[in-house]
Amino acid sequence: MTDTVAAADVLVGDQPSRAGRRLPLSWLGAVPFFAYVGVFLLLPTGIVVFEAFFTAAGQPTLENINALTTSVVIQAFIKSITLSLISALLGAALGAVLAYMIASGPPDGMTRRLWTAAAGVLAQFGGVTLAFAFLATAGPVGLITLAVNNLGGDLTGSWLTDLIGLIVVYTYFQIPLMVLVFLPALDGIRPQWREAAESLGGTGWQYWRHVAIPLLTAPFLGAVLLLFANAFAAYATAAALISQGGIIIPLQIRIAFTSETVAGQENVAKALALGMIIVVAIAMSLYAMMQRRSARWLR
Amino acid sequence: MTETLATDAPARAGVEVRLEGLTRRYGAITALDQLDLTMHRGEFIALLGPSGCGKTTALRLLAGLEDADEGRVVVDGKDVTRLPTNKRDMGMVFQAYSLFPNMTARQNVAFGLRLRKVSETERNKRAGDMLDLVGLSLQADRYAHQMSGGQQQRVALARALAIQPTVLLLDEPLSALDAKVRAQLRDEIRRVQLEVGITTLFVTHDQEEALAIADRVGVMHGGKIEQLAPPADVYHRPATPFVAEFVGLSNRLPATVSGKDADVLGVRMPLVDGSIPNGAAIALVRPEAVSLTAVPEGASADSDPLIGQVVATSFLGAVSRITVDLGEHGTVVAQLPTSDATAFAGGTLAKLTLRQDPVLVVSL
Amino acid sequence: MAAMTTSPIRQAPGLRARKARRLRLIRWFLLLVFGLIFAVPLVAMIEFSTRSTDLTGPRTLEYWRQIVDYPDLISAIFASLELAAITAIGALVLLVPTMVWVRLRLPKLTRIVEFLCLLPLTIPAIVLVVGWAPIYLWINYFTPAQYQTSPLVLAFAYIVLVLPYMYRSLDAGLQAIDVPTLTEAARSLGAGWTTVMVRVITPNIASAVLNSSLLAVSLVLGEFTVASLLNYVNLQVAMNNLQQANAGVSIAVASAALLFVFILLIALSFVGRRRRSGGVVEPFPSGTGH
Repeated sequence: MTDTVAAADVLVGDQPSRAGRRLPLSWLGAVPFFAYVGVFLLLPTGIVVFEAFFTAAGQPTLENINALTTSVVIQAFIKSITLSLISALLGAALGAVLAYMIASGPPDGMTRRLWTAAAGVLAQFGGVTLAFAFLATAGPVGLITLAVNNLGGDLTGSWLTDLIGLIVVYTYFQIPLMVLVFLPALDGIRPQWREAAESLGGTGWQYWRHVAIPLLTAPFLGAVLLLFANAFAAYATAAALISQGGIIIPLQIRIAFTSETVAGQENVAKALALGMIIVVAIAMSLYAMMQRRSARWLR
Repeated sequence: MTETLATDAPARAGVEVRLEGLTRRYGAITALDQLDLTMHRGEFIALLGPSGCGKTTALRLLAGLEDADEGRVVVDGKDVTRLPTNKRDMGMVFQAYSLFPNMTARQNVAFGLRLRKVSETERNKRAGDMLDLVGLSLQADRYAHQMSGGQQQRVALARALAIQPTVLLLDEPLSALDAKVRAQLRDEIRRVQLEVGITTLFVTHDQEEALAIADRVGVMHGGKIEQLAPPADVYHRPATPFVAEFVGLSNRLPATVSGKDADVLGVRMPLVDGSIPNGAAIALVRPEAVSLTAVPEGASADSDPLIGQVVATSFLGAVSRITVDLGEHGTVVAQLPTSDATAFAGGTLAKLTLRQDPVLVVSL
Repeated sequence: MAAMTTSPIRQAPGLRARKARRLRLIRWFLLLVFGLIFAVPLVAMIEFSTRSTDLTGPRTLEYWRQIVDYPDLISAIFASLELAAITAIGALVLLVPTMVWVRLRLPKLTRIVEFLCLLPLTIPAIVLVVGWAPIYLWINYFTPAQYQTSPLVLAFAYIVLVLPYMYRSLDAGLQAIDVPTLTEAARSLGAGWTTVMVRVITPNIASAVLNSSLLAVSLVLGEFTVASLLNYVNLQVAMNNLQQANAGVSIAVASAALLFVFILLIALSFVGRRRRSGGVVEPFPSGTGH
């Protein structure tokens, strides 16, 4: 009898009969985590979502939301979406090619390991450092700028702070990220499928068209979505490149944050942030959906 | 290589396949060494051997999935060595994972027909017929991940046959399956093959499979075929020591060769192959040729070389294998019906009786 | 019967060999091109930071030497390093016991904990910082005057930012060991809970702990968004501030920081990276804390 009691003491999971006594004590263990996350994650999110609809004085208002309809903000949304979409598509396309080159080598080879480590490291390479790297490359006195000008060109490097510059910089960052996200999908493609297709009379193109591309579509789209969300939410690189101005939404938030605002619109930053949450949340949930679909096939 | 024709194989449909002098090297390793193999029309040949013996390489060379360094592949009189895989018109079943995951079973089976521009109604009908043939009509609209391993392999078989190929190639199709499913499926494969009458090459490392369903078995070792013969011959009349030891169990017993006979522990047995010189040698004797009887009164291990002590017993169901220690002549495994085997408990003495079958003898 | 060939029929390199060689060539070429493209900005940084200070002289490490001339920069570097350590340790202390406890006693909470830990992936730093502003005002109110500008208080925010990456890494590590069985075995041998945590669980997830710590450190070192918008000075903020004043030095510091993080991550790739399952792959923390 004592054995079973002692054994029950070390059993894991809630025993129904002991649930009443057990529950409070067990839950205590989770309190620190929930308290912390509640204060430092859920609370700020809640602040953003709710106070977007209130003035600084606490009056409910739609003024903050209205501030989002000014042409400046709408332009910024359009530019943000354009920037994110183009850098995501370019990054996904080029990254997919690069990933394919990496995946088609020997799985344990030096090349593959080198490139995988490089991708991991380059995907890390963002923010201020990335901005600086591009200033050093294509800025007013950057390496490439000077080289081109020496050969008779006339670059000023100011394109870097325009939308086109941001697209280039973001794409540089998206490609390694794409490699990391897409490589597992490519690894899931089994060589037997190609051989089976050949034995049935298929050419390389037919294999790609009927088997490989349909299989890779969901992971590819998922990756595009992830890259999109990643670009849309990015702040530091743009902030370092563009010291003043609000060409994209995150920079608009900077403006709303740091400058004086019209009375009744003190919480515009929160409204902008709310808009961002919505866009990113949509992208990420579509991404999760794509992941579930491809997990069925590509184990 | 020793080759024996399967003389009772009736003339069937299907084509003749010849592998002539096939050689394949990977750097310093020679996977196939001047391999010669002729497959008769409608014949089912199993290539059997341990991993690395070259059997899969031979099959892949036949399929065109690898290039030959030397030699020719001739199908129905035509040299196809330089022909790419997708023009060789061969059906292939892989070991695992070969079904296209984005297609249902029916779409998989119809794939080859679709590539040949068969109309949708026609190819669906033919796919349905093939799935009937392998007994999977109910699973026609399922995907690979919704089917068991055995079902997937049946779909793979149906897919390979749907294009009505000239040759059927099976690369260890049963190795990834459970034992029970394996036995069922191998009979299925043979049944279907006989019904369709297609020349078939079946690669496996499992001798039970090979012996059970093949017309002829080719035992391979080191890139060469050591013996190509009907299963009974490979088993009872192994041509080389490797074949004798790879297929079935073999006891190694001391023997003295004189002329066409060998004296094995006092028992005279005819030789399979009379080319071993007279003198001391090793005889390879199958356990089922060795039986046990009670030790007569007064006899002991010293007086009779065939008397030894029982050291181990393996219960295998209908038969049991008993290991007997003969002292200086080593240990011998005997095989008896289990009902007889119970008389010989561990530690007791037993006397061996050797059946006087033709025996393979090798030099020391 | 065997064909009587008197001499072996040699075959020229077959179709597959030719195709394989072509693919190999294309592969090398493209990898080279990509490699050059990615190398250019990195090389440019080194090039820029080693230019002579008066635009005409030879290459020099003057900018690198000048790093020490900026005390704000130095203190920012130290502050960031301390922050990285505090964040990593803080996150571990928060996550490891919680995750183990959930596995043992509260398995129904697994989904919720996972959701919460992965939430920062969907709520970017730029959004969170807007919500953190009032919270940090409140924190500031309680901070003694001499510490009010110290960026160390950012640890509260940074722990949240590193949650997804740490959770993923620790989860993989805990999955690889059978936590309930190990705990049962230890407890049945008489171990108390502290012993179980410290001497049984933690050593077995050592590589996951190290892995996630390195990720946290590299994220914190690269974080800019939250620090700058809340008006604290960490490494990235200091670097950015220096941009206008002395571009050469700022790029030298950036190169140094980058090199440091690179080495950290190379080390990470040697610390038992588990084979990825084919499904969801988390993006690495991008250097901004994006």
